[in-house]
Amino acid sequence: MSVSKSLDVENLTVSFDGFKALNELTLRIEPGELRCIIGPNGAGKTTMMDVITGKTRPDSGTVHFGPKLNLLALTEPEIAQAGIGRKFQKPTVFEQLTVFENLELALAGNKSFLHTLFVRRTPKQESRIYEVLEIIGLSEQHQALAGTLAHGQKQWLEIGMLLMQEPELLLVDEPVAGMTPQEIERTAELLQSLAGEHSVVVVEHDMDFVRSIARRVTVLHEGRVIAEGEMEHVQQDSRVIEVYLGA
Amino acid sequence: MTKSLLRTGGQWLFLLLLLASRGSGPLLAQSPSDATFLAMLGQLRDATFDDKDKIVDQLAQSGHPNARAVLTAMLEDRLYFRNDNQMVFLVKAAADENTTTLDLIDPITLKPAGSASVDSLTKIGTNNHLRRVLQTTLARFGLSSADPSVRLDAVQQIEQNLDEGNMKLLHDRAAVETNSKVKDEIATALALAALDGSDAQARLAAISTLRHSVRQDALNKLEALLVKSPDGTFVESDERVRQAAAVAVKSISRWRAFYSGCETMFFGLSLGSVLVLIAIGLAITFGVMGVINMAHGELMMLGAYTTYVVQTAMPNHGETSILVAIPAAFIVAGLMGILIERSIIRFLYGRPLETLLATFGVSLILQQLVRSIFTALNRSVQTPAWMSGTLELNQAFSITYNRLYIIIFTILVFAALFVVLKRTRLGLEIRAVSQNRSMAKAMGIRSEWVDALTFGLGSGIAGMAGVALSQLTNVNPNLGQSYIIDSFMVVVFGGVGNLWGAMVGGLSMGVVNELLEPYAGAVLAKIAVLVALILFIQARPRGLFPPTGRASENQ
Amino acid sequence: MAQRQYTLWISARKDSGTGWFLGALALIVVVVPFLNLVVPALSPIHISAYGLTLVGKYLCYALLALSIDLIWGYCGILSLGQAAFFALGGYAMGMYLMREIGPRGVYGDPVLPDFMVFLNWKSLPWFWHGFNHFAFALLMMILAPASLAFAFGWFAFRSRVTGVYLSIITQALTYALMLAFFRNDMGFGGNNGFTDFKDIVGFDLHSDKVHVVLLVITAFMLGASYLVCRMIVSSRAGRVIRAIRDAESRTRFLGYRVESYKLWIFVFSAVLAGIAGALYVPQIGIINPSEFSPINSIEAVIWVAVGGRGTLYGAAAGALLVNYAKTYFTSTIPEAWYYALGTLFVLVTLFLPRGIVGLLSGRVRKQTKKEPLRIQADRPEPSRK
Repeated sequence: MSVSKSLDVENLTVSFDGFKALNELTLRIEPGELRCIIGPNGAGKTTMMDVITGKTRPDSGTVHFGPKLNLLALTEPEIAQAGIGRKFQKPTVFEQLTVFENLELALAGNKSFLHTLFVRRTPKQESRIYEVLEIIGLSEQHQALAGTLAHGQKQWLEIGMLLMQEPELLLVDEPVAGMTPQEIERTAELLQSLAGEHSVVVVEHDMDFVRSIARRVTVLHEGRVIAEGEMEHVQQDSRVIEVYLGA
Repeated sequence: MTKSLLRTGGQWLFLLLLLASRGSGPLLAQSPSDATFLAMLGQLRDATFDDKDKIVDQLAQSGHPNARAVLTAMLEDRLYFRNDNQMVFLVKAAADENTTTLDLIDPITLKPAGSASVDSLTKIGTNNHLRRVLQTTLARFGLSSADPSVRLDAVQQIEQNLDEGNMKLLHDRAAVETNSKVKDEIATALALAALDGSDAQARLAAISTLRHSVRQDALNKLEALLVKSPDGTFVESDERVRQAAAVAVKSISRWRAFYSGCETMFFGLSLGSVLVLIAIGLAITFGVMGVINMAHGELMMLGAYTTYVVQTAMPNHGETSILVAIPAAFIVAGLMGILIERSIIRFLYGRPLETLLATFGVSLILQQLVRSIFTALNRSVQTPAWMSGTLELNQAFSITYNRLYIIIFTILVFAALFVVLKRTRLGLEIRAVSQNRSMAKAMGIRSEWVDALTFGLGSGIAGMAGVALSQLTNVNPNLGQSYIIDSFMVVVFGGVGNLWGAMVGGLSMGVVNELLEPYAGAVLAKIAVLVALILFIQARPRGLFPPTGRASENQ
Repeated sequence: MAQRQYTLWISARKDSGTGWFLGALALIVVVVPFLNLVVPALSPIHISAYGLTLVGKYLCYALLALSIDLIWGYCGILSLGQAAFFALGGYAMGMYLMREIGPRGVYGDPVLPDFMVFLNWKSLPWFWHGFNHFAFALLMMILAPASLAFAFGWFAFRSRVTGVYLSIITQALTYALMLAFFRNDMGFGGNNGFTDFKDIVGFDLHSDKVHVVLLVITAFMLGASYLVCRMIVSSRAGRVIRAIRDAESRTRFLGYRVESYKLWIFVFSAVLAGIAGALYVPQIGIINPSEFSPINSIEAVIWVAVGGRGTLYGAAAGALLVNYAKTYFTSTIPEAWYYALGTLFVLVTLFLPRGIVGLLSGRVRKQTKKEPLRIQADRPEPSRK
């Protein structure tokens, strides 16, 4: 079941103590798109994700997923259940649980207490977990405690958890930080394969990576969009050059 | 002189002349001879109480310069006569009750006149009535004193015994009185008396004078005018008077309520300021290090005990011992705090719940330590004289000096802390470490040292809070436990790591507690405050002044 | 195949602690009554009535410790007021026992307990009605702590109060309750509480046999509660709870309603504590408001810390150990007890973050070679606990 909803962010404004992290930010992600969001530090990329996933409340503006779903009215778990998954900037896996258990927790489905108290894994769910373990390359380590993984492996585990959630929209915040070139290539392939069935939004600093996967790129600066379009077009935009001082 | 001479009418003539020529100034036109004076004194020996009344009056009117001293002595049970020669003497107040000899003072010269054994003397006794008369009589002397506060006392004394003579006295005094306070007092006294009078006009005038009073007795008397007697008619016959009285009653009641509120406010502020002192130390350690120190109460207790020890070590310096105790308590508690930090807390960095438990263990150890050294009994700490007593702002509003000084002390400590944090190098380092530890370290700030000193600072302030507490309550090993929960609540209410939060939180909690107490009783008031706080936290989980920014998210 | 590897690994991970615990419990259930009822009173291994009470008390405390481990060891909620639920359960039982005294009290009133007659009360307060029925009392023993936990937890978790803030507030809660129950006019016996019980459901509370039965019931409840807790923590819900402990916000982003999980666990653990308190009262013979005092709750936490939190059997073991030490100390050198307790707090938090169980299992783990697991015990804990 592929994604059919678009993500509409309109005039989003967030200020912290007088500092405007987002300044009337407006953008739209079409269903099935793979979008890269770039911009210097402090441009508001992570803040934007925080607002979409319900972590931060904006001062003004709207966020809709599809025509009817107002994300600002929902809590974090509700947004997750609505089909929006996020991979965080800093890998936050559950250190005291095994890789397998981490993935199991991310399984899509009923997440209420009573259900999880009595539920047993179905064979279909188990094979799904093994499938994802293969994709993220952690099959050998499935019984290791997540806290013992290397940084890159933790990133992969988080991506794996994101996959398990079977979201419609993936928000991926700096997926390749600390990865080797081979891992970066694998990540690029994975994200590209996900697009179409899912909408994927990637925030990254690594310009080579962005170039390798990007179709449309949005450039953020000081909380608003300053350029949007194909990578070559955006790269030649004078404002973007000015802001990046030659990326 | 023999008795017989004095018992002639000549004595009365003499006194009449005296009354006629008497002025209200401190100095009289003529002084009678010492002989007459002595004679009067001699009469006291065998007089009945009724006669003594009259003699006292005569003595007062006599104009003799020592009359006052003699009458004072009589009031204080210091007037005796010798059994052998019947001469009257004043005696010096005895140092202790069981002394067998008393030092005599000559009534004429007021100089020492040797001593005699108690058995050879007989006291010139007084009864309650006589004592009242003596007090009033002496008050009359006070009326002409140079010191306005003495005059005020005199007027208040005379008020209780307002006969015609005294009223005239007050009238006369009012004409020449320069001090406004004394003048008001006289006016009130006369007005209160006038309310009993028969002239409605006078009563009306009295009411308009009394309208501006806040005294309970004025209120009572005015309310009495509005009472209905059992048969339905008013006690007060004149309608205008009743109306005026009603208005006055309303006005006085409102003012009294206002001042009562002020008093409650004051008590609330003083309670709150103690809470603030305890809480700011906690707020600092929590804000900078993320550590909740369950031994904080015990550090405060150490400060209180330090005060006790200092006072015991300086027994003759009751006035200054507290000033020594303040820095001493700061140092003792501060050092203990640094010790705790270095030996325990620094190993538990980043684990606030464990720190909570470990410091609870420390609090148990400290309590037991103090119990072993000082026993579990209450120790009382004396309040120095300059901190004792009450300041009466008006009859409806008085404040005690000790609480006032504690409020002032708290403000000073708070200000000092502010200066330290905002203006000194240490303060800068503390703030840097609390906002971004790794960055601060990268810039060369020795964060372990800062931690230790921060903890020491917070603990030292707790020690000073203990000094303040020792002035308000008994010192015992459980002192810390009684206040620790309140201080946690203040920190939680005010917002973590925030000095202003601690100040506002502490003061408001103190005031709210005081407001509730008359209605709910001390225990229920406390429960209500706790429950209200629990509910408040639901609405504002981070307190009044929450810490902002990404760094605070790790709480 | 990976699947078989996984199942093998699962069984390896199952700790033997459960076996040891249940075995020890079974032993107690058999041996202690034997040593009291069968072995003659003069024999050195005879357990007196006092000894019975002591063992029963330890078992109740073990249940309380279990409840704390569930919310603290597994969910990261350090409640410093768990003894309040214990006390509420105890008071419910106490109210039943007081009504049971009936006309046999000092004042002989068939309805009003002695303390009410003493206070010149004319009739039973409304909340005492129904407590003459054991079934009702049983219901209240569970309902009272559960309701309080629900109300408190609903407010607290919904507003996302966590960490030390939550701990402080739970402490304030139990403190407020203590103050309230100390008041004579609350209708709970004031500072004297309830005592002088005569019988329970018709059985004489002064008889050793009855105490043996109570002991066995307590042990049974402890065992049953242990198994239920074990089931909870082994389920997926248990993993979610541990995830909440380690990274609450992340768990939320996965779609789990964290508040709901916390509330369920908090209420359940309050019920366990309440049952423990209810079993405690008939064995000890008294309940008073000092049971609400904050130090009781904090002591209970240290039992769990000493034994080893996050293991369940560790908590129970810790409760037994520390209370045994307390009984020993307070009868020989009372002043030393507070020093010992305080030092215990400090040492355990500094050197034994995983408690005694952690110490022991660490040694065991080092010996087995094929264990793929690596324990974090030697690493400093990075996250909030």
